[in-house]
Amino acid sequence: MDAIILQVLNGLDKGSAYALIALGLTLIFGTLGVVNFAHGALFMIGAFCSVTLQRILNLSFETVDPTKTDFLGNPLKVKTPYVESWFGPEMGSTIIDWSVPLAILFAIPIMILIGFVMERGLIKHFYKRPHADQILVTFGLAIVLQEVIKYFYGANPIQTPAPEALTGVAQLTSTIVYPIWRIVYFCFAVAIIGAVFAFLQFTTFGMVVRAGMADRETVGLLGIDIDKRFTLMFGLAAAVAGLAGVMYGPINAPNYHMGMDFLVLSFVVVVVGGMGSLPGAVAAGFLLGILESFASMKEVITLVPGINQIIIYLVAIVILLTRPRGLMGRKGVME
Amino acid sequence: MFGLDKKDSTLLLIVALLTMLAPFILNPFPTESGLAQFNAGYPDLMQRFVIFGIFAIGFNILFGLTGYLSFGHAAFLGVGSYSAVWMFKLLSMNIVPAILLSVVIAGLFALVIGFVSLRRTGIYFSILTLAFAQMSFALAYSVLTPLTNGETGLQLTLDDPRILGASATADGSIPVTNLFGLEMRAATDMVVGPWSFTFSVGYYVCAVVMLISFYLAIRIFRSPFGMMLRAIKSNQQRLNYTGLNPKPYTLAAFVISGMYAGLAGGLMAAMDPLAGAERMQWTASGEVVLMTILGGAGTLIGPVLGAGAIKYMENIFSKINDNVLHGWFAFLPDGIEDFVVFVIHPFVGKGWHLTLGIIFMLVVTFLPGGLVEGGQRIARLFNRKKADDPKSASTEPAE
Repeated sequence: MDAIILQVLNGLDKGSAYALIALGLTLIFGTLGVVNFAHGALFMIGAFCSVTLQRILNLSFETVDPTKTDFLGNPLKVKTPYVESWFGPEMGSTIIDWSVPLAILFAIPIMILIGFVMERGLIKHFYKRPHADQILVTFGLAIVLQEVIKYFYGANPIQTPAPEALTGVAQLTSTIVYPIWRIVYFCFAVAIIGAVFAFLQFTTFGMVVRAGMADRETVGLLGIDIDKRFTLMFGLAAAVAGLAGVMYGPINAPNYHMGMDFLVLSFVVVVVGGMGSLPGAVAAGFLLGILESFASMKEVITLVPGINQIIIYLVAIVILLTRPRGLMGRKGVME
Repeated sequence: MFGLDKKDSTLLLIVALLTMLAPFILNPFPTESGLAQFNAGYPDLMQRFVIFGIFAIGFNILFGLTGYLSFGHAAFLGVGSYSAVWMFKLLSMNIVPAILLSVVIAGLFALVIGFVSLRRTGIYFSILTLAFAQMSFALAYSVLTPLTNGETGLQLTLDDPRILGASATADGSIPVTNLFGLEMRAATDMVVGPWSFTFSVGYYVCAVVMLISFYLAIRIFRSPFGMMLRAIKSNQQRLNYTGLNPKPYTLAAFVISGMYAGLAGGLMAAMDPLAGAERMQWTASGEVVLMTILGGAGTLIGPVLGAGAIKYMENIFSKINDNVLHGWFAFLPDGIEDFVVFVIHPFVGKGWHLTLGIIFMLVVTFLPGGLVEGGQRIARLFNRKKADDPKSASTEPAE
């Protein structure tokens, strides 16, 4: 029993990342009808937003402390981060410690801006082109973004530790212990997904966007500038991917190709969930995450060797062949 | 010639000339000069040009003609490599049976994957092929280790049986791949003044194979079968209405292009007898997509050009470092020199992927027909000028 609960928990945390990326992909696909292969790169840029914030917070100036000497006998140079001198050492070190959660605030405007620029600058020109062209140009963009990040941050993973209060493990029941940050990540993902759905469901703006997803032309005929709203949705989707990346940093140190690693899986998730279906993307994300973690159980691997490596693809193949539109796909999308 | 019309024969002849004279053409700079690093005429790279050319020609038969975008083609290349190396291990070091086997196995593999994947179209087809390729990659890394030797990759050893050949040569080393005794590694150097040209057996074997596959591709493009494939690309629904079933045609195209990939994989193993799982990863599949699009999908010569361009960049561009750049711009004043080097630096050397990505984006955006379309546009520009010239000459100024 414990083993099963533990696997479900493991699956939830990987599934949250899949679900968030797939949600963004589906938002873009459902609104703009564009297959965005650069979405993994957005996830990666989000993770590097938190790296950047961490570096900014750690900017420090040197002072010479005449009372102490270093091992050569020279006066000791002490580095003090600016934040510590501004807010006092106590508050300053807390801010640095909480840099990953703070990066959420930092990442939202940046990601929305990147989303805007991407949509207005590049993707706008590809609405009328075939899907293959969209895939190819965003694939090229993904390579470019990845290389730019690699140029500025190097090829090695950079640690972005979680705040000290949220590291360590939680005793869930008498026998189950689980890392706190992964629980935080799951809750965060649920909150974001809930917020996106609430935004679409309960605001006028969201209503118009949903109407546009259902029938773009009619909404346009009603005198609503749907393009502007869809651009905003692209920014929102970029922000969702970016936030997923920010919070994923403490689980896996960000490196420049993390986006590509997630991208392939997220596409499989989207297709399994059904192109253009938001609930489908989220459900498929969690479902595949949990399936993957069950497949990595020792008992299962001894039964079917290698299953943990291929389970997601296997499920995708079976679902695509038996339910051509995925789990919750609508008729007429991408056909 | 060989059942080709005049235009295609000329194209084939030009390609044949270019590949046969490649050791000269790709080595335009004297060995001692500063530009020698742009020479691409060494056997290893030339082999890669033609092998990836074959791979891209095959991919183009599927993508260029039918419009089905496969993101898992590297799986066939990997399977081809593995089967060729197994042939070297078990049968003999002659490359003919090895390459035959790799083509056959890759074809069978493509038949299975294609039969399943082709039930869907569009992005679903891309995802299905991607899923199959990633599965093969993951399995080659983990469970199939007895067949693939996992992370280390499949290599030749001294205690392989090699029924029709020797397990080891007289001096106790692993025998070399050969074509009826002609060793692939053998090469002769020719020195003309400051230039030096290398002719390698391996390259010429690959080049001949490439020419044959290029010829076959032309025949496929011009055949009724090729017309059928184009019809599938332009409007599959209408084809259904006329009572034709497109499935056998797409499946045949898929298998043919899988066999081309297997041939490329087999040749790769024949030149350097080892095979690793990373050849099957989806980035490798992405690379052949890049090559085909960059050169021009649906054209005959495009994929070969694209393969050449990308492999040239990968091997030559990536060697340009800061010292070389400083050497080039030494004539500029110091400050400007540093600035120019600083600006160019991210795009060369290790950053060549960045240049590739940017070029690729530009090509997809502005030149959907790839390099070939670029060439045609330039040609048209010149033709128009020529056509304009007599007119502008005839209009005399009033005074």
